Amino acid sequence: MEPINQVTSVITPLDRKNVDTDQIISKEFLKRIERTGFGRFLFHHWRFDEQGNEIPDFVLNKPEFKGSQILVAQDNFGCGSSREHAPWAILDYGFRVVVAPSFADIFHNNCFKNGILPIKLTETECDEILSKGLANPYSVDVSLEEQTVTGEDGKVYSFNIDPYYKEMLLNGWDEIALTFKYDEKIAEYEAKRIAY
Amino acid sequence: MMAKNIIEKIWDTHVVHQEDGKPDLLYIDLHLIHEVTSPQAFEGLRLAGRKVRRPDLCFATMDHNVPTKNLPTINDPIAKKQITTLAENAKEFGIQLADIGHPDQGIVHVIGPELGLTQPGKTIVCGDSHTSTHGAFGALAFGIGTSEVEHVLSTQTLWQNKPKTMEIRVNGKLGVGVAAKDIILAIIAKWGIGVGTGHIVEFTGEAIRSLSMEERMTICNMSIEAGAKAGLISPDEKTVEFLRGRRHAPKEFQFEEAAEYWLNLASDQGSTYDIVLEINADEIEPIVTWGTNPSMGTGVSKTVPTSADYESETDKHALRKALEYMGLEEGQSIESIEIQHVFIGSCTNSRISDLRTAASIIEGKKIHPGVRGIVVPGSWSTKKAAEEEGLHKIFLDAGFEWRESGCSACLGMNEDTIPSGERCASTSNRNFEGRQGAGARTHLVSPAMAAAAAIEGHFVDVRKYVKQAQEV
Repeated sequence: MEPINQVTSVITPLDRKNVDTDQIISKEFLKRIERTGFGRFLFHHWRFDEQGNEIPDFVLNKPEFKGSQILVAQDNFGCGSSREHAPWAILDYGFRVVVAPSFADIFHNNCFKNGILPIKLTETECDEILSKGLANPYSVDVSLEEQTVTGEDGKVYSFNIDPYYKEMLLNGWDEIALTFKYDEKIAEYEAKRIAY
Repeated sequence: MMAKNIIEKIWDTHVVHQEDGKPDLLYIDLHLIHEVTSPQAFEGLRLAGRKVRRPDLCFATMDHNVPTKNLPTINDPIAKKQITTLAENAKEFGIQLADIGHPDQGIVHVIGPELGLTQPGKTIVCGDSHTSTHGAFGALAFGIGTSEVEHVLSTQTLWQNKPKTMEIRVNGKLGVGVAAKDIILAIIAKWGIGVGTGHIVEFTGEAIRSLSMEERMTICNMSIEAGAKAGLISPDEKTVEFLRGRRHAPKEFQFEEAAEYWLNLASDQGSTYDIVLEINADEIEPIVTWGTNPSMGTGVSKTVPTSADYESETDKHALRKALEYMGLEEGQSIESIEIQHVFIGSCTNSRISDLRTAASIIEGKKIHPGVRGIVVPGSWSTKKAAEEEGLHKIFLDAGFEWRESGCSACLGMNEDTIPSGERCASTSNRNFEGRQGAGARTHLVSPAMAAAAAIEGHFVDVRKYVKQAQEV
């Protein structure tokens, strides 16, 4: 996967909580057997009407947010299904960073495997960024190395991240190749495993 | 020795490697595979020239895409491609497969327990969030993404940070006509869809102990709808008896040895949890969801909430958005909501006891003329068992369609979708926007409540039916 450290972009303010993976990528697009090409289906039923025309009110359709690489939302982002098609769609659309007060566990895990940086800020901080981004296009500079989100107004938001996943994202490592180094330990475990 | 809960016991026996600054490397005992979340993982193996480490610990089936009528024809070419891809992958990598037409085929979370693959103390994963279902047996079972599927295929392990633990204690006795589904919907309505995030939940208490294994599966199935990493229930004699004689369960003296090991996995007296929540079973009534996530539900005797019930602007906004999508009014009574569809099925409620319960309400009655109902058994063997009991006749006579097994209208990946703007009383697990079809309106209920709604054409308190039956 693509390493990630510095991302500078206008934010896309998606002012909703409990954004579920059915909304991120609807079931009719899960039948493909590839990992790529899901970006055009991202938030399909919020982005397009029944005739396939863009719904102008929806934030992704507003010209000022085109090309944005940072999505900001409310609580419990990515809840629901385990479908990795959700982060694939987010990445393929062009987002590299998702900011929210909290994420559903499986979605959160899936981000790390795909070079997407999920950033947890407090609810107050997310509210602040969202209201700035909704009032006027608001650019931020994300640094994974420094664990900061710095607004164009100079406001700095710090975030925590698990050091293991930070390392993975910074280096774009293949986790399976890393785990192969523990092959002997896995074999030792298998030899004494309780199995009925 | 320090008292341990079952979560700690299973975790500790599965750690392959532990070091500071890293998650634990956990061994996986059973990897269940279906057609939607696996093709990219197998392709990843091929591209990297990797093998499946333990094909003997994998089991695959088709469920999400499979048509539930006119088999073996699959009209959708993209779905067909995904299904044949799984068959090819299973063959290439030497993995057991319950293909379409095979007597073991069914929804992956229904067949795992049926075949005895699901056992206490196992770590079980699947590229599917409802893997939590298997926790009913005292297994540590959780859903994973496709990259993790590939990781498990290659290494039979996963790097996992140890989640926090939570006990949800359900005290007392459940009322007549109130189902396991109502317990889990009441829990989610009370504490929200994010309450379990970062936690593994153990369900305990008198009401949980008195549930059958199938009812326990319904509870654990929807622990993901409370945001939990996994949900489980300590094994007891019911667990052991359910597994006795199942094809993949241990045999003869080994079974007795296994049973002793399983029973010892139950949480020790005095074990502790990071969070403990309690709810009283006798306060729970049949639940109907009115909104667009599983926490938006209330008792059948109640009304849809109003803006005044919420404090924050975000919550008021979420209520209005949900009601707009659902085509409901604030303060409207739940019983006044008319439905056009009934779906009895899904990994939550498609097992034989679910079908028996629904059939007992339906028997001798006709479904409302304005309602279309389908019954989709969770597996081939469930379907066969139901037909041997004559349940299919009860459903067919009442006007239901009787289908082949699969995920079906729970997520509408096949042809079984609900038209835009129409309402479905559904025994499934998610009422997200568009879940059952673009613009479809889903109300989550128990099988008994779905059956009663099918007869009346609107929601009705099923306890009336149950009482009538008892008086007769």
